[in-house]
Amino acid sequence: MNKELKRVSAVVLLMFVALFGSSTVISALEADSLRVDPRNTRTILASYSTERGPILVDGVAVAESVPIDDEFRFLRTYSQPELYSAVTGYFTLNQGDSGVEGALNDALSGTANDQFFAQLNAVITGQDPKGASVELTIDPVVQQAAWDALGDNTGSVVAIDPSTGAILAMVSKEAYDPNLLAQHDSQAVIDSYNALIEDPNRPLLNRAIGGDLYAPGSVFKLVVAAAAIDSGQYTADSQFPNPPTLQLPQSSDSISNAEGGNCTGADTVSLADALRLSCNIPFAQLGGALGKETIAEYTERFGFETPLEIPQTVTESVFPETDMDEPTLYISSFGQGSVRTTPLQVAMVSAAIANQGTLMTPTLVESITAPNLEVIEPFQEDVLSEPISEETAGTMTELMVANVNNGAASNARINGVDVAGKTGTAQNDGRDNTLWFTGFAPAQNPEIAVAVVVENGQGFGNSVAAPIARTVMEAVLNK
Amino acid sequence: MSAATSRPGTADRSTVTETIKLRLRAPARLRNLELLLLIFAGAIGTGALVLVQLGALGAVDSTVISFGAGVLGLSLVMHIALRFVAVEADPFILPIATLLNGLGIAMIYRIDIAQGQLGWEASGLRQMAWTAIAMAAALAVLIAIRNHRVLQRYRYIAMFVGIGLLLLPLIPGVGREINGAQVWIGIGPQREDGSVPLSFQPGELAKIALAVFFAGYLVTARDSLSLVGRKFLGMRFPRVRDLGPILIIWLASMGVLVFQRDLGTSLLYFGLFLVMIYVATGRLSWVLLGLSMFVGGAILASQILGYVGNRFNGWLDAFNDDIYNQAGGSYQLVQGIFGMAGGGLIGTGLGQGRPDIVPFADSDFIIASLGEELGLTGLFAILALFLLFVSRGFRIGFAGQDDFGRLLGVGLSFVIALQVFIVIGGITRVIPLTGLTTPFMAAGGSSLLANWIIAALLLRLSDTVRNQPRLVVES
Repeated sequence: MNKELKRVSAVVLLMFVALFGSSTVISALEADSLRVDPRNTRTILASYSTERGPILVDGVAVAESVPIDDEFRFLRTYSQPELYSAVTGYFTLNQGDSGVEGALNDALSGTANDQFFAQLNAVITGQDPKGASVELTIDPVVQQAAWDALGDNTGSVVAIDPSTGAILAMVSKEAYDPNLLAQHDSQAVIDSYNALIEDPNRPLLNRAIGGDLYAPGSVFKLVVAAAAIDSGQYTADSQFPNPPTLQLPQSSDSISNAEGGNCTGADTVSLADALRLSCNIPFAQLGGALGKETIAEYTERFGFETPLEIPQTVTESVFPETDMDEPTLYISSFGQGSVRTTPLQVAMVSAAIANQGTLMTPTLVESITAPNLEVIEPFQEDVLSEPISEETAGTMTELMVANVNNGAASNARINGVDVAGKTGTAQNDGRDNTLWFTGFAPAQNPEIAVAVVVENGQGFGNSVAAPIARTVMEAVLNK
Repeated sequence: MSAATSRPGTADRSTVTETIKLRLRAPARLRNLELLLLIFAGAIGTGALVLVQLGALGAVDSTVISFGAGVLGLSLVMHIALRFVAVEADPFILPIATLLNGLGIAMIYRIDIAQGQLGWEASGLRQMAWTAIAMAAALAVLIAIRNHRVLQRYRYIAMFVGIGLLLLPLIPGVGREINGAQVWIGIGPQREDGSVPLSFQPGELAKIALAVFFAGYLVTARDSLSLVGRKFLGMRFPRVRDLGPILIIWLASMGVLVFQRDLGTSLLYFGLFLVMIYVATGRLSWVLLGLSMFVGGAILASQILGYVGNRFNGWLDAFNDDIYNQAGGSYQLVQGIFGMAGGGLIGTGLGQGRPDIVPFADSDFIIASLGEELGLTGLFAILALFLLFVSRGFRIGFAGQDDFGRLLGVGLSFVIALQVFIVIGGITRVIPLTGLTTPFMAAGGSSLLANWIIAALLLRLSDTVRNQPRLVVES
């Protein structure tokens, strides 16, 4: 009997060895790959119950995780949800994130690589792991002014500090309430999301940087004029023929100026006057003469077709030169045709001119600070490009100031301060006009560059967009 | 410490042959060791409860701790009883059972907290009550059965009781189908979630009765089973007329598989029988015959019975999305594995993980819950405790004086080993997943009762083993 018992003992031992082995495989050898399996709800839940870092504006949290008595332990809460929805974006448990919440998720949730040792330390010392806090460059006064000034219009306002690239305000309307998407009841989140998606005003669209691009209208003349002067082929005084209508090449279509008639009443018009009075025909001729390659080169120098993350990804503005025929080049040269931009891109054009020809990379992030108050990422001033010379920038500034002082952008005037600006009114085949203003102030020592777009425009850029921009610029200048 | 025999029963022997002296172990040392280990086990069990409360509630709730202390008190009562009724019983069995039981209670209580269950709805409290009942039953067995050999006399009664218990759940009105398996009896209306206010799995107790029957029957019948037969391929195969018992057990196992839809229990009984017949007869041919019959039956069943096929698919291809999402698929298995992986080497700590994600986290999958919160280290400790427990039982098989006792000891401890292998092997994908309870740990009164009775029988058997004085021949 003992012989059999020994054999059975060996079998029992083997059975236990198999169990030791199989549990080692699961808990040690394959543990890492099992933890990242998308079906592993533990990993997902663990990421929820770390205290997500706050998003701060001037030291005040606009998005923060508030303790709550449920399995997720924290509820993401937005104190001024609609005002900042274009900036913060939303954070959901499992339906995806957007905005700064999405783009800086690693830092906010504490899973970024440079936070690894801090998190390990927190685990060892028994603290609950926390994410880093993100301080934004947004100026709450400017943001509020932009929000109020835009009023009930559908559109966007973007304000940049031209010398640093810091984004001072970013508003998009319709806005939405990200609190609706941060709820823990996933059915309620899905319902809210579907309601937002089906809303005809498309509130989830961040009009400042993403979604649909806009025809820039006459604000694009800034790029064409800068290209003309900076390339050395033209000066501000270069004269152009000034007919009331222009037959487009290779086409039966003709174009006219926005006000009808010719631009100044004279037979020829200078580049400076054409920009000041925003005449289409001289710019169509100028664009045709410069050629699409030159204009395309300058659009790219100003940031068109350049990948940009502020930290959320910015939709690239386009000047599609490759399949652009002559008539399209003519009308694109005054911002119609096939050129398309974001409001941020338009603000960047003004910012580059304001900053003496140097374009700073726009960003929303002032700093990222770990829970132990160590600054992980300080503010970084980066030069994105130098699209035009300092001299060209100076000339362009003069032209833009004239535009406000005694030209088409008269509603942007501020008493006692020189404002540089340009309006635009883009026509959209039968739909509402897109009304624009972009500019900066003070002209000689710029503190703010701004772009305003109003989608549902009745009237002109000067009548609707310019007053909004003026209010935003005043908010900075009055500080 | 050779003692020159003042004990009554041994006196005549020493008068027969003067040259033989008796050597006895000092019995109190074993019990003192047991007390020491028991205090250790109690400290771990109570510590686990406190840690669960600190981890999951953030505060200590003294009522639950005092209930736990009450359970611990009962095992001390058992220890004191052993000092009187089984002085030389194995000192490891009681502490190991207490420790496993205590860890189980802590984990069940932890999952109650996660699921927000309180009062008598809470499995943790029920488990404590069942532990008390099971320990009382074990105590009764220890006191009532002073000599295990009486069990041999009742082997056929044991057979009828065993088969009766197995069949009980199939009787309409008494039997209940819970979670697809018809292995329960219950009183009171079945609730919407399938549970029954007072339910019991008689099959758990049947394994004891069957072990007693196998041991008693095999001791008497082994000569005809082992010596007679035809040689084939170098092995002696039994006569057809001797095939009766194995056929009956095979039919019973297949009956459990088909009618009660319980693969694990079926495998458990058949494995128990095979090992006992092998140990008794020494014929490998029985094992081969039996294994091929069972595997054949199981393969046939996997083709015909949907639930067996599902178990096989869920085992072989657990991470396949289709099988994972399918009803009766591998969701539970995979979530359990995620839990263990989440625990890693040292675990999340008691009360800090999320074991409640896994269905049946406190019963069938308690090992995955423990693996998550105690880590691989904790699992190894638990496995080592089971291995030690089983080896103490096998010791009876090696050192016992009578064949019935040896066979019963091996059978009872092997049934624990096999059950551990089937349930943990199922959770860790060594074998297909079957619904069995982890002995001493999983929530469930019937399982606790049966395993504590097994512990009591092993204590009794080990006591009789050591009661036989070791003879030392002195020249």
